[in-house]
Amino acid sequence: MNLQNIFSVIEKADPEIYQRLDTRRDAMKQFRDIGRVLALSAIPMALGGMFKKAYGRAPADVLGVLNYALKLEYLEAEFYATAIAKPGLFPTDASRGAFTTIANHEAAHVELLKGAITGAGGTPDPKPTFDFSGGKGLDPFNDYPTLLIVAQAFEDTGVRAYKGKATVLQENPDVLTVALRIHSVEARHAAHLRYMRRNLPGALQPALKPWITNAANDVPLIQPVYAGEDNDVQATITITGIAADITKEDATEAFDEFLTEEQVLAIAGMFIKP
Amino acid sequence: MFTRKPRSVTSNGQGNGIAMPNVHRRTFLKYAGMGTAILGVGSLAGCSSDDDDSAGVNFGSGDTSVLNYAFALEQLEAAFYIQVLTTPYAGISDVERDFFTDIRNHEIAHREFFRKALGGSAIQDLAVDFSTIDFTSRDKVLAVAKTFEDLGVAAYNGAGQFIDKADYLVLAGKIVSVEARHAALIRDLISNGTFASDADAQGLDFVKSPTEVFAAAGVYIKTPININTLPK
Repeated sequence: MNLQNIFSVIEKADPEIYQRLDTRRDAMKQFRDIGRVLALSAIPMALGGMFKKAYGRAPADVLGVLNYALKLEYLEAEFYATAIAKPGLFPTDASRGAFTTIANHEAAHVELLKGAITGAGGTPDPKPTFDFSGGKGLDPFNDYPTLLIVAQAFEDTGVRAYKGKATVLQENPDVLTVALRIHSVEARHAAHLRYMRRNLPGALQPALKPWITNAANDVPLIQPVYAGEDNDVQATITITGIAADITKEDATEAFDEFLTEEQVLAIAGMFIKP
Repeated sequence: MFTRKPRSVTSNGQGNGIAMPNVHRRTFLKYAGMGTAILGVGSLAGCSSDDDDSAGVNFGSGDTSVLNYAFALEQLEAAFYIQVLTTPYAGISDVERDFFTDIRNHEIAHREFFRKALGGSAIQDLAVDFSTIDFTSRDKVLAVAKTFEDLGVAAYNGAGQFIDKADYLVLAGKIVSVEARHAALIRDLISNGTFASDADAQGLDFVKSPTEVFAAAGVYIKTPININTLPK
C-alpha cells in the first residue's frame, strides 16, 4: 500500500480530512482517530515518516523526552527521599517539611512519567545508580548547607530541562500540558530552595533571590546550571531598558532560559554512576 | 460551510516513488480562518443588538490571540505591583519592598516584551479597577498577589497547547517559570513552606482555560474585552 492509496482510504474514512487539518495539533488528533479506522493493517512506517516530515515530530521523540524527564525525576526523587529519611539532617521542622513537600512531588512525577511512557507504548528506562557526592566529595546528607546547594542545582536544572523540550511535545497537547505543569512546580521548588539558602542561619546569601539574576551563582561547582541565564534578548527584542528602570538584572530575572539536553546530562551526569 | 480545497499531489523529491499529498497546514489555517470569518458574519446577522458578541477589545486569532491574552495578564499584574509600590502597606519591610520592586519590574518587562512582539496586533492598554483591593493591608495585598501569580501560572500552563509557533511556546515557557517563582515567594511570605502546597496528587501545578482565567481576573479589568476569539 503506498501513501496515495493510504490517503484514498483516509478520504473514504473521512471525506473532510483536509478541511479538518487546521492545525498540527488537530492533525495529529485526527490521524489518531483515523488510526482506529485503519487498524486492521498496521499503518506502514512510511506513514509515520510522512507525518514527521509534514507535522514535525514522531512519537519516538516524545517517548525520548519522557524518558529524559524520568531520568531527572529519578535523580530528584531519590535525593529528597534519602534526605528526609536521614535523622538529624534538618535544623527545623519547617525545612524538613519543605523537603517532604518536594520529595512527594518528585516521587509523584516519577510515577506519572512511568505511566505516561507505558501508556504511549514505550518502556520506562530503569532508575540509574546515583552518587550524590557528585564525584567531588560532596556530603549533602551530612551537611545541611550542601544539601540545599545540591537541591537548588537540581531544581534550577529541572526547570531549564523541561523548558528545553516543550517544543518537542507540541504535537501532543496532553503531554505538553502535563510537562508544563511539572515545569512550573519545579520552578516553585527552585524558588523556595533559593529562599531557604538566602535565609540560612549562619550563612546568609542576601544576594540570592527566588529568581535567577544574570548567571550569578555563589557555588562554582554548580555554575554550569546557570550557563546562559544572563541572556537579555528575547525574540530579537532587547529587554534591558525596554521600559524605564528595567535593568539588565531585571531583564535576566524576568526570563528563565532553557538548557540543551547535552548541558543537562552533563550536570546530571556528575551524580550518576557510570 | 467549507469550500473544499482541491488537493494537489506532488512528489516528495526523495526519488523513491512515494507521492506525498501537499498538506500544508498554513493553507488549512488560512481556510479555517476564512470559515470562521464567514461563521462570524452569519452569527452576527442572527444576533439581536443586545446579544452582540463582537463588543469589547478583540484579541485577534491564532497565536496573536494567545500573545494578546498573555499581554492582557501582564498588563494587569504590572499595574497591580505599580500600585503596591506607589501606596505601600504600613510596615512594609525593606526586603519585601525589594522583592515587590523586582516582581514589578519583571511584569513590566513581560508587558513591554509582548507589546513589542505583537506590534500592530497588540491590544490597547487596558484600564484596571483595583477598587476592591485594600492596598493598606499587607494581608490583602499578599492575598491578591497570590491570586495573580497562581493565575498567571495556570494561564500560561493552559495556553501552551494552543501556541502554534515554536518560538512563542519557548518564550511562554521562559516567562511561566518566573511567574511560578513569584507565586512561590508570595506564598512563602504569607506562610513559609506553602510555595507549592496546592500542587495536585500527581505533583502537577494549576492549569486554567482563558475563560476560567478571565472569570477570576475580570473583576479587575475595567476595559470591556472580548475573549470569543481565544481558544476555549
